[in-house]
Amino acid sequence: MLGKTAGGLYWMFRYLERSENTARLVEAGQRIALTRSRSDDEWQSVLMTASSLDSYLAKYPAVTKENAIDWLLRDRDNPSSVLSVVESARNNARLVRTALTREVWESVNESWMLLKEALARRVPERDLPEVLTRIRHRSAHVRGAMAGTMLRNEIYNFARIGSFIERADNTARLLDVKYYVLLPSALSVGSSLDNVQWESLLRSVSAEGGFRMTHGQTVRPLEIAQFLILDRRMPRSLAFCVDKIADNLRYLAADYGARSATLALAQTLIENRLSQPIEAIFDTGLHEFIQEFLYELGMIGRQCEIDFRFYE
Amino acid sequence: MSDTVIFDEMHGRDGVLRSPYAAFDGWMKEEDAARLRRKQREAEEIFRLTGITFNVYGRAEAAERLIPFDIIPRIISGREWSRLSRGIEQRVRAINAFLYDIYHRQEILRAGRIPVEMIEKNAAFLPQMVGVTPPGGVYTHIVGIDIVRTAENEFFVLEDNARTPSGVSYMLENRETMLQMFPELFAKNRVQPVSNYPQALRRSLSACAPANSAEEPVVAVLTPGLYNSAYYEHSFLADKMGVELVEGHDLRVVDGKVAMRTTQGYKPIDVLYRRVDDDFLDPLNFRADSTLGIPGIFDVYRAGGITIANAPGTGIADDKAIYSYMPEIVEFYTGEKALLQNVPTWRCNDAEALKYVLAHLPELVVKEVHGSGGYGMLVGPTASKREIAEFRAKLEAKPGNYIAQPTLALSTVPIFTNSGLSPRHVDLRPYVLVSPEGVTITPGGLTRVALKKGSLVVNSSQGGGTKDTWVLDE
Repeated sequence: MLGKTAGGLYWMFRYLERSENTARLVEAGQRIALTRSRSDDEWQSVLMTASSLDSYLAKYPAVTKENAIDWLLRDRDNPSSVLSVVESARNNARLVRTALTREVWESVNESWMLLKEALARRVPERDLPEVLTRIRHRSAHVRGAMAGTMLRNEIYNFARIGSFIERADNTARLLDVKYYVLLPSALSVGSSLDNVQWESLLRSVSAEGGFRMTHGQTVRPLEIAQFLILDRRMPRSLAFCVDKIADNLRYLAADYGARSATLALAQTLIENRLSQPIEAIFDTGLHEFIQEFLYELGMIGRQCEIDFRFYE
Repeated sequence: MSDTVIFDEMHGRDGVLRSPYAAFDGWMKEEDAARLRRKQREAEEIFRLTGITFNVYGRAEAAERLIPFDIIPRIISGREWSRLSRGIEQRVRAINAFLYDIYHRQEILRAGRIPVEMIEKNAAFLPQMVGVTPPGGVYTHIVGIDIVRTAENEFFVLEDNARTPSGVSYMLENRETMLQMFPELFAKNRVQPVSNYPQALRRSLSACAPANSAEEPVVAVLTPGLYNSAYYEHSFLADKMGVELVEGHDLRVVDGKVAMRTTQGYKPIDVLYRRVDDDFLDPLNFRADSTLGIPGIFDVYRAGGITIANAPGTGIADDKAIYSYMPEIVEFYTGEKALLQNVPTWRCNDAEALKYVLAHLPELVVKEVHGSGGYGMLVGPTASKREIAEFRAKLEAKPGNYIAQPTLALSTVPIFTNSGLSPRHVDLRPYVLVSPEGVTITPGGLTRVALKKGSLVVNSSQGGGTKDTWVLDE
């Protein structure tokens, strides 16, 4: 397989994952906006989670709900807006067209056509839920076509590595912005406001149901953190994502008959950071933990580009 | 030209149904117009979803467009087709012999059948190819011969596309679309299949691999990239052949072979089906500013380390000025009269010819010698006075740049419109594969149709559409 193709697949699936994550972030932000009178702080943290507060502020003087939503969903100046990433995903799909089944290609192409249409102009508030649902549905559609029609070979492995690096990155950044909600000191406050925050945090990763199923009705910060960081059953937790990255790197190692430096990095990350009790993470500091995790995840991404010759 | 003299392939000149269309006509008469209108829209939806698009140069806002597809097939009888195929095969063999000769002993020039300056001063002649023999002796691995029809038994070759003929993906997708939408039609008509073209292409290319290649040669398709107008086709062909689609920056010369950068290191390629022009192929040997090519590939080629399809320098065979010599070329190399006619052509570098052309501009079609895609072309009968005046100035300034031909009364085939069937002018591009194992012609090809009533320009960049082309079993 061409190095360029591996890189194209990796990025295609990072972008697709990002479109879904951004939609979910907006959904959670909107939810908070509905339960509070002043939500600008919340939109600021949504923009921070999406790593685009600085670029947003270069365009707009202040954070408002309308502008933040527009920026995140459809602004072409924002390379991570849903519209931009769906277009990037489709361009990468065109680049690697020969590696995709017709079903996957058509699904991505159709997503692009539908979302381009849905995001052609500012989304009025009353249409927002429908548009956000559509974005998530399109992502599910591509994933379904992928699971149902693609061979489980190197092509699939690079697609999965891209998906899970992006997903781990997203969950980690969400925790990075919201970590203060989870600090033990937050527990003593125990106000309804914080409940809203926790719920928003879980909602941003589609985990309200899963969390309740696992931990019942008692929502405690320690358990939320444990769930989002270490729970290996939760498909958006850091541990789950990095396990999947390592799994796929191991399939590649078996296929190619050589273990990559990327795999070694992923294994180190699992052993050093994701195999300890949550209390130990709180002892060293949640914020520091997340910072280090993000740094090491970035290293895995960069090593992957080198090991598999994505670029010249 | 009045409508009455035009030959319609469905209804002839006199409105009497021609036999290849008999079964189709029976079906059509039973069809509900509303259903067909729905099907026409459905076809467009299929194309949009599949992503069969082309890029129009100079139109940023519509970077990707669909080529309009018309649901009425163009039908050719088995007998008509065998006659055409014989002519095509003869012509393609002559083109290959001509290319070998022109880059070796140049017998045809010595024999005085073509003036020396037609070759030596021709920008399409590639001096670097002199003395180079491509693997298997094949120059034009893939040829698309543009053919027009003017009467029951009159076919003319309009152009020989011997560089990198495009459009074959439309031939294949048009058929797929028709099969999906009108399966019952294929039960009523015995249509010769086209779907094995990609396999035939791969086999044909593999048969042209350098002598020292592995038993299963490594084939790749070279594209200029995502933004090329035919990118869809490049990826389509690579996909259907099951080979890699590469760009220049995926390749480099490693140990005397051209190799592609894979996830496990560099892997040598034996046959490169390139969709990049000669000029851009190798910055070390041709245009130094090219970023699309592979430095040193031409040196590997000269040493016999790779097959480049089509060979560099084949442009000399489909140059519009050389075109006018094709009857002589066919006769010179095959010893037979050309089975397919040429359109009479005035070479404007000839003073007498130029005089005639300037005096008859409103009746003629004038083409730029090196132009393609319907750009830089004058269709006298439909041009405005101003366009004719502008072209006259261009002709007078650089007569050698132009040839002129009579405006042919191209045949028509009906298209489906909101008010029923309506005739439109068409041409035909069959696709021909050449290898040491022989010449393979896919039955059918790409029918291009001028969607504007009365228009003779079928190019997709100029508002043309396409049709599925059927060759019936004999």
